[in-house]
Amino acid sequence: MTTTDPATKTSDQVATPPSGGPTGMVWVRENLFPDVWNSLLTLTLGPLLAWGVYALGRFLFVTGRWEIITVNLTTLMVGRFPRDQLFRLWIAIAILAVVIGLAIGVANSVARAAAIESGDDYHRPWHEPIRRFGPPVTLLIVMGVFVRTATPLLLLAAAVALAAVAYRLGRMIPIRRRGQVNLAVILGVICAQLAITGFDGVPRSVWGGLLLTLYFTVGALLFAFPLGVAVALGRRSSLPVVRGTCMVYIEFFRGMPLVVLLFTGWLVLPFFLPPQFPTPDIVTRAMIILVLFTSAYVAEIVRGGLQGLPRGQREAAQALGLSPWKQTRLIILPQALRSVIPALVGQAISLFKDTTLVLAVGLTELLQVARIIPGQEDFRGQGLFAETLIFVSLIYWVGSYWMSRESQRLEAKLGVGER
Amino acid sequence: MSASTETETSPSDRSHRPPFWRDVRIIRIALQVGFLLAVGALLFWLFDNLTVNLRVLGIRRDFGFLDQPTGVPILGSDFRAQSPIRDALLVGLYNILRVAVPGILTALVIGTLVGVGRLSTNWLVRRAAGIYVEVLRNVPPLVMLIFFYIAVLQQLPAQADSITAGPFALLNVRGVYLPSIQLSAGPAPVFFGVLGLALVAAIVLGVLRTRRFDATGQPHRRVPLGVLLFLGIATLGWLALGRPLGLELPVIAGRGVDGGYRMIPEQAAVFIALVLYTSSFIAEIVRGSIQAVAKGQTEASSALGLSGFQRLRFVVLPQALRIATPSAGNEFLNLTKNVSLGVFVAYPELLRIGRQAVGNGFPAPQLLFIVSAGYLALSLAISLVTNLANRRLQLAER
Repeated sequence: MTTTDPATKTSDQVATPPSGGPTGMVWVRENLFPDVWNSLLTLTLGPLLAWGVYALGRFLFVTGRWEIITVNLTTLMVGRFPRDQLFRLWIAIAILAVVIGLAIGVANSVARAAAIESGDDYHRPWHEPIRRFGPPVTLLIVMGVFVRTATPLLLLAAAVALAAVAYRLGRMIPIRRRGQVNLAVILGVICAQLAITGFDGVPRSVWGGLLLTLYFTVGALLFAFPLGVAVALGRRSSLPVVRGTCMVYIEFFRGMPLVVLLFTGWLVLPFFLPPQFPTPDIVTRAMIILVLFTSAYVAEIVRGGLQGLPRGQREAAQALGLSPWKQTRLIILPQALRSVIPALVGQAISLFKDTTLVLAVGLTELLQVARIIPGQEDFRGQGLFAETLIFVSLIYWVGSYWMSRESQRLEAKLGVGER
Repeated sequence: MSASTETETSPSDRSHRPPFWRDVRIIRIALQVGFLLAVGALLFWLFDNLTVNLRVLGIRRDFGFLDQPTGVPILGSDFRAQSPIRDALLVGLYNILRVAVPGILTALVIGTLVGVGRLSTNWLVRRAAGIYVEVLRNVPPLVMLIFFYIAVLQQLPAQADSITAGPFALLNVRGVYLPSIQLSAGPAPVFFGVLGLALVAAIVLGVLRTRRFDATGQPHRRVPLGVLLFLGIATLGWLALGRPLGLELPVIAGRGVDGGYRMIPEQAAVFIALVLYTSSFIAEIVRGSIQAVAKGQTEASSALGLSGFQRLRFVVLPQALRIATPSAGNEFLNLTKNVSLGVFVAYPELLRIGRQAVGNGFPAPQLLFIVSAGYLALSLAISLVTNLANRRLQLAER
C-alpha cells in the first residue's frame, strides 16, 4: 500500500524488471523517453520543474531576507512568553524528555518481547533511527541556522541526552510495570504544565508561537480521545436513545466547519453559562471547542474499528462469563483501538494543521506570529511575508509529513489493510 | 454479572420472570429514560442560562433584527448598505457556493490528473506528482490561504501594469479577470433550444448506432459521431441566429476593467488555496483506488486483448470510481466547509457576514445560529448527494 511499485503501473508499457537495475542511458530511455507521448511530457515538464527549482532556490539562498527569522526565532517559538521566564520552559522540556524517553523505551521492550514470543526475527538495521528521525532532525538543523547564541542548542542537546538516558532506563523496566510508566507519563505532562504556569509562573494567555500550537495539539488529543471512545461506544449501544444522541453529536460536530465552532465558542459560549459563573479564558474556550470537534472525528474512527471486529469476539467474551463492561474493556476495545491507530494518527495530523484556526479567537499561535512580525518597526513596509510564511510552513510541513510517514510505517507493521 | 446471561431468557416465560430490578427490559428502559433526562436537563440548563443572560444584558431574543439594514456594503458585489441583513446572509451563502462549486470541479480535475500521474511510467511525471501531493497536503490550508493572499495576490502590480495572459486574462492587485460568456438577450433562449435539440439528436444517433452494433457487430463509434453531430448542429444554429453566444474579454478602461469575470483577490486566494489543498487529497484517493483494483482484473483484461486505454476505460476506472466515491465525497464536503477560512482574508462568505453583523451590534447567538445552520445544511446536502451516488454505484455491482 505504502510503496509504489513501478511495475504495477497502469500504462500499456509493462515495465520489465531488470535483474541488476538499468544504468545510465538505458535508465533514461526506459523512464523518461519510452515513447513519443512520454518524451513530449518529459520535454514540457522538465524545463518547467527546472525553472521552479531555480526560482525557489534563488529565493531561499539569494534574494530571501531571512534576518527577520533570526531576529524573531524566539517569538516564533513562544510568542509573548516573558523572556526572563524561559527557564521554566526548559524545565518543562526536560520533564517531557524524560517521560517520553521512558515511554518509548517501554514500548520498545514490549514490541521486542512480542516479536520474540511470535518467533519473528527482531532485528533492526543500525541506520533505521537516522532514516526515521530524518525530518525532525533536518528541521532542528534549519532552526540552528537562525539561532544567535549557542545556549538553546546546548540545552536542546541536553534534553535529547536526557531522553536517551530515559530510553535506556525504560528498556530495563520490566514489562509488567508498564501501567506505572503510563501513570508517570500523565504525571509528567501535568508537572510540565505546572512548571510553566505554577509557582507565580506564566499564564497560558501569554503563551504563543509553536508552544501554543503544540499545547493545543497535545491537549486536545489527550481529552478528545477518551471522549471520542465513549461517544463511539454510545454510537454502537443497543439502547436507541443513547445511540441517537451520540449520532446527533457526531454528525453535528462533523458537519460544522471548525472556524464557525471557534467563533461560536468565543462569542456565544459565555451566554450559555450562568451569570455568576466566571467566564473561562480564551485558551480554555478554544481548547473546549477543539476537544468537542476532534472527539466527534475520533468517535467516527473508533466506530470503524468496532464495526470491523468479528462478532465472535463479543460472543466468545460472553461465553467466558465476562460482564458487559469487562467484555468491552478487555476484549473489544484493545483490538478495535489497535486497528485504528493509523487513522488516529491521521486525525492528530489534521488537528495539528487545524490549530492554525485558533487565531480566529485572537490567540497568537505560530501562524499568527508569522503574520504579525513583518509589521514590526524594523521590517515594516518591506513585505517580508513570504519569508515568515515559508518558514512556518516548513515547521507545519515537517510535523505533518513526519507523523504521516510514521503512521504509514505503523500501518505496515500492524498489517492493517492487508489480506 | 448476570445482566448478560439473562438476555437469553424468553420473554413469554412469565413464571420465571426475574424481579423488576433485574429484568433486562426494565433496566434498558430505565437507563434510557435516565440518559434522556440527563441530556434534557443539560440542554435545558444551557438554554435557560442563555435566556437569563440575554435578559440581563438587554439583548433581544427574537430574529426580528433580520429586517434591519445591514449598514455596510459587501466586498465584490453590488449589495447596498440599506438592504436588510437577511439579504446579506443570503449573499454570504451564495458566496460559499461561488467558491465551492468551481473549486470542487477544478480540484477533481487536477486531483485526477495528479493521481494518475503518480502511477505514470514516466519517472519525471511520477516524481513531480509525488512532490505535489506530499508538499500540499502537509501544509495547513490556512497557511496557504494567507500566503496566497498576502504574499502573492497583494504583491501584484497595480491596474496600469497588469499582468496579462494574451487578451484573455488580466491579473492585478485588484483581482483576477477572466473571460466571461456573453449572451445577447433576444436569440439566446432560442439558441438554448437549438442546443437541446442537438443533444437529443446526438443521443438518438448514439442509440441507433448501439442497436446496429448489437445487431451486426460493426464498430459503433457512437461517442465521436455523437459529438460531431452535436457540434455541427450547434455551430449551424449559432451562425444562423447571428452569434448569440460569445466570449467577453476583460479590457482595461480608464481606472477600471470593462467586461469579463472579476474574482476579487479574497475570492481568488480562497479558491486557489482550497483547490491546491483538496486536489492533493483527491490525488491520493485516485491513486489508492486505482491500486486497490485487484491486479487480476488488469491481467484478465490484457488476456482478453484489450488495449491499454480500453483496460483503463472499461475495467480499471469503473471499479476504481466505485472505491473512490465515498472518500471523494468527503473531500468535497471538506472543501465546502473550508470556504469558512475565507473569514481570515475578509472574503464575504456566510461566517464573515455574520461576524461583521455581530461587530455592528446585532445579537451574536442568533447570528451564529444562522451561520451554523447554513453550513450544517450545506454539509448535510453534500453528504446526502454523496450517499445517494454511492448507493447507486454499489448497487450496480450485482
